[in-house]
This record gives sequence, C-alpha cells and structure tokens, in this order.
Amino acid sequence: MEISEGEIITLIGANGAGKTTTLMSISGLVPPKSGEILFLGKPIHKMSPDKIVSLGISQVPEGRRIFPHLTVMENLHMGAFLRRDTDRIKKDLEYIFELFPILPSRRHQTGGTLSGGEQQMLAISRALMARPRLLLLDEPSLGLAPKIIKQIFEIIRKINAEHKTTIFLVEQNANLALQAADRGYVMENGSIVLSDTAQNLLSNNDVKKAYLGL
Amino acid sequence: MLNFSKIKKSLLTAIWFMFLTFPIMVIHINPVEKAVEWRWHNMFLVGAGSFLLSLLWHYLIKKKERCFKDAGACESDTAPFLQRFMNEPRLYKPALSALTVISLSFPFLFSSYQVNIMTTALMYAVLGLGLNIVVGLAGLLDLGYVAFYAVGAYSYALLNHHFGLGFWTVLPVGALLGALFGILLGFPVLRLRGDYLAIVTLGFGEIIRLILENWNEFSFGPSGIANIARPSFFGMQFPLKGATIYIYFLMIALALFTVFVVSRLQNSRIGRAWEALREDEIACQAMGIDKTRTKLSAFALGATWAGMMGVVFAARTTFINPASFTFIESAIILSIVVLGGMGSIPGVIAGAFILILLPEHLRVFSEYRMLIFGAVLIIMMVFRPQGMISMTRRIYRFENVKEGRGIDK
Ligand SMILES: Nc1ncnc2c1ncn2[C@@H]1O[C@H](COP(=O)(O)OP(=O)(O)OP(=O)(O)O)[C@@H](O)[C@H]1O
Ligand SMILES: [Mg+2]
Repeated sequence: MEISEGEIITLIGANGAGKTTTLMSISGLVPPKSGEILFLGKPIHKMSPDKIVSLGISQVPEGRRIFPHLTVMENLHMGAFLRRDTDRIKKDLEYIFELFPILPSRRHQTGGTLSGGEQQMLAISRALMARPRLLLLDEPSLGLAPKIIKQIFEIIRKINAEHKTTIFLVEQNANLALQAADRGYVMENGSIVLSDTAQNLLSNNDVKKAYLGL
Repeated sequence: MLNFSKIKKSLLTAIWFMFLTFPIMVIHINPVEKAVEWRWHNMFLVGAGSFLLSLLWHYLIKKKERCFKDAGACESDTAPFLQRFMNEPRLYKPALSALTVISLSFPFLFSSYQVNIMTTALMYAVLGLGLNIVVGLAGLLDLGYVAFYAVGAYSYALLNHHFGLGFWTVLPVGALLGALFGILLGFPVLRLRGDYLAIVTLGFGEIIRLILENWNEFSFGPSGIANIARPSFFGMQFPLKGATIYIYFLMIALALFTVFVVSRLQNSRIGRAWEALREDEIACQAMGIDKTRTKLSAFALGATWAGMMGVVFAARTTFINPASFTFIESAIILSIVVLGGMGSIPGVIAGAFILILLPEHLRVFSEYRMLIFGAVLIIMMVFRPQGMISMTRRIYRFENVKEGRGIDK
C-alpha cells in the first residue's frame, strides 16, 4: 500500500476486514507482526505512538473517543499536546472554529454532552490541532445523519485542498468514500485485494456488487 | 410532595427496623435477678425514629431528583454555594485572612490535644492531595497508598536509628524513596486498570506491611522502632509541648507547599496528560501522550507526598510499628479524596478535616461515633457523589485568543 503526499486515499472493506487494525498499526497502537511501515522514507513501525504523532501522523479513532469529562476547549488542547508553538496553536484554533462554526458555541461544554455529529467534528478538530501531515480517519460517518455526513466529507476535502494534508480515510460507506477520494484500496481478510483510482473502483463490477450494493 | 406511598414505605421501614432491633433493644436479660425485662418503650423509640428518618430520606431523594430535572430549582443548594464561594475573590479573601489568623494563633489558644488533632488533619490533607494525583487526576484506583507512607516512616526511623540522620536530612530522602517505590509499583501494573489495578495495589500495600512485620533483622518486626528523634529547629530540640506546636507549624508549611506544588502540577502539561489518561487511554495515546511515562509519573508524584508524610509521622510519634500501616489507613485516605471531591484541591482538604476532626469530636457520642461516621459517608455518597467541592473545569476563552493573549485561563 502506498500513499502519496497531498492525496486522499480510502480503504474500504467488510466488517472485520482489518481496516481499523491497519490504522492502529500506522499509529503505533498495535505493533505489526510482520512487514514495514515507512513514513517519508523512514521506518516507523517500531516507534512509540507519541513519536509517530510528533512526526506528523494523527488519527481520528473509530467511535471518535472524545475525552468525555473534558470541555471542548480542553479536548482541542489535548490535540496540540506535543506542540509548543503557542501562537500557531491560536491560529489553528481560529481556523478550526471557521471550519466547524458549531464548536465555539459549545466550547465550555464537556465532550460527553455533545451530540454524535458534534463529537465527530470535535474528534476531527482535535486531530487537526496536532497539525498532521497525514490524517487518519476511521469511519467518520459512523452513526451520523446523511446531511451531517455530507458536511463532514466536504470539510475533509477542504482540509485536503487548503492545507495539503494527506488523508487516509477508512469507510464502511464505500460510495461516499470513493467519491471523495483520489484512489482506493479494497481489503478482505486482512490483505489488500484490489487497488485502483477511485473512479475505476466506483465502476468496478465486483466492488459494485460487494460494497456499493448495486 | 410526600404522597401516601412514601408514607407507607416509611411505615414499612419502621416496622422492619422494630423487628430487626427487637432482640437487642427490647429484650433485656438481667442475670442477677434471673429475669427478662421487656423494654417496649425502646421499640416505640426505634419505630418513631426510623419512620421520621425514612420520611426525611425520601423527601431528600425526591428533592434531589427534582434538582436533576430542573437545574434552576436548586440554586440555593449549599454545595454550589461553596463552589461559588471558591470562585469569588471578594468573598474568599477576607475568609482567607481570617483563616490565616486562626491557624497561626490556634496552638496558643487551644490545648496540646487539640493541636495534635489539627496536625493529624493537616497530615491527612497532604496524604489526600498526594493520593488525589493518582486517583482523582490520573484515574488509577490505588488501594495500597499506605505502603508509601510506611516507606517514608521506616526510612526516617531506620536512618535515624542506624546513622543518626536528622529529620530535615531524611525528609527529602523519604519523599524520594516514596517516589521510587511508586515507580516500583507502577511498572507491573502498567497494563492494569480499574478493579484489577485496585486488587494489585491492595496486595502491594499488604506485602510492604508483611515484610515490615516479618523481616525482623531489617525492621525490628512487630515490636517496631522506638526513640525516634523529633524534628529539630536549627539543631535545637524542643520540650514536648514546644515540639507539638513546632510540628503543627511545620505541617502548615508543608501543607501549603503541597497545595502549591499540586495545583501547579494539575495545571501543567503532565496534569493534562493525567486527565486524558483517566478519560481514554487509546485517545490519549493517539494525542501523542506517552502512556508509560504518564502513568509512572502519577504513581511517583503521588507517592512522594506519602513518603514525606511518613517521615513526619515517625518524627512526631517517635515510635512506629507495622500496625500503623494497615489497609484501613489507605481506606481513610481514599475516603478523604472521594468525599472531598476527586480532582479538587479544596475538596480534598475539606474532606481531610471532616474525616479526621469529625470522629475525634464525636468521641462524646462514644459508641455511636462510628455509626454516625458511617451514616455521614453513605448520605454524602447518595446526595453528592461528586464530593463536597467538585473539580472545576478550567475555562479557556476564545476572545483572548484573538487579542493575542494567553489561551489558558
Ligand atoms: N485485540 C484483538 N484481539 C483479537 N482479535 C482482534 C483484536 N483486534 C481486532 N481483532 C480482530 O481482527 C479483525 C479485524 O478487526 P478490525 O477492527 O481491524 O476490523 P475493521 O475492518 O475495522 O472492521 P469494522 O468495519 O467493523 O470496523 C476482526 O476479526 C477482529 O475481531
Ligand atoms: Mg473498524
């Protein structure tokens, strides 16, 4: 598998195919049994999670995993935990509040009291606060209304366009993911069985049958 | 608001209590006259008492539920009053100066006995603040905290006994050893959480106590170590009464120092990392927080205060043995943290004062002392599970961001 700088890549596959495990391995939370993970040419599969974050890879974990008793602001500040450039952090905060106008009005609320959609926005914002070069997103559409999903995907594309942030998107909703992405991989039982441009995958008959429900 | 069903429930409770206490409260066998006395008036008292208390209970529960539904209905609640009080400089500044005057003049106005109790309360406040780092901030349930207290106490007792080292030399040594043992405990439990962690830490506390009890050559076993030197003042030794007052002031200073350091820690990067760790381990790692280091630092920085207090304890009582470091000590310190309010510094201090001073002053009620004490704990947990003074969340202001001022505060 390969991801080039500035791309949006998607990984689709059935439940239990190993998508979350792939992301966890990249983030260093689950050490891979075999194989290598290279980031900007350097092997990272033996590094600790905090080292990997400091290299510029941050993850929006499956199920959002907001800190429920910390306020929205505190959650955002946790995202910038490894950063010391206070001025830039302030700027990024302003940028994020522009991306998600709902967040500033909720900033003193605790994370656990946010709605599912708000939590997802907060989770994405929190990951962005680390100023990632590679943003890993695990099922951002999980449990959200179609309208909110659309909004979130637009913002993902916007982040990619404005910041040149490389995005690795894992999704159940293959249709949406392939529409947003440049290229896609299909995973079955822990291995990649297909890789192509998003356009081709959308029109691929096997993919259509298995993942798009057509 | 007290409807019929509640009265019926209270009535049933009363009957149940009359039945339960019948053998001990009503029947009284007089062995001298070989006669059985039937004290029916006691039964009446138990019945009436439990009926009224039960009604009160139901009333308070109902009130609490209403508060839950409609937050505005309970503005006059006493607990939020405390909270507001803490946040209002105009209110707490005069109170603070009054407190300073009282605490400075206290040992000259009251008996040594009172001063001693106060010193104990201050010690438990510091212990509570230490455990609060581990339990309240990092969310690691530690039931063996007393082990570090024992480590501190024995390090002073032994170093004083063998090498004649003084209190002031050993105070930092005890703190350091406490931290070291904190890390020692931390390593094996890195992967544990919740119940499992509680069990292992409980075991750790007992192991330390059992070692002290059985390793006679090292710790002098159950007979303990006597004649430990009291703290000196620039090489000067005080007579007993003077020493009591001296240790009181020493504890005031140490407590202030603790509050200062702990509040700094709480608002620091490591403090935020502890809170994140408490909330969600995976998310915390995904934010780039080193889980191992964060956990170990919580154990170490929590145990430091227990080690320090251990030294003070040994110096104060001049005699220690393993019996002073049983599980009940850990339980009391944990109660202080939970009762006072996890994560809240003023809460923990208030908790320490209530939990230590209340049983002392309840001595008047002699045998009912523990009963009242237990009831207070239960009532507290039902009506204010978050503790007396709950942790206040830091407020970040976005407005300040635009003006280019600091984000924090
Ligand atoms: N810690 C673990 N121990 C054992 N098996 C695991 C563990 N974590 C994941 N698995 C298994 O590995 C497989 C892949 O899991 P993974 O979470 O990566 O799936 P996924 O592709 O993200 O699925 P979904 O779309 O449902 O989120 C599953 O069969 C899962 O049960
Ligand atoms: Mg998954």
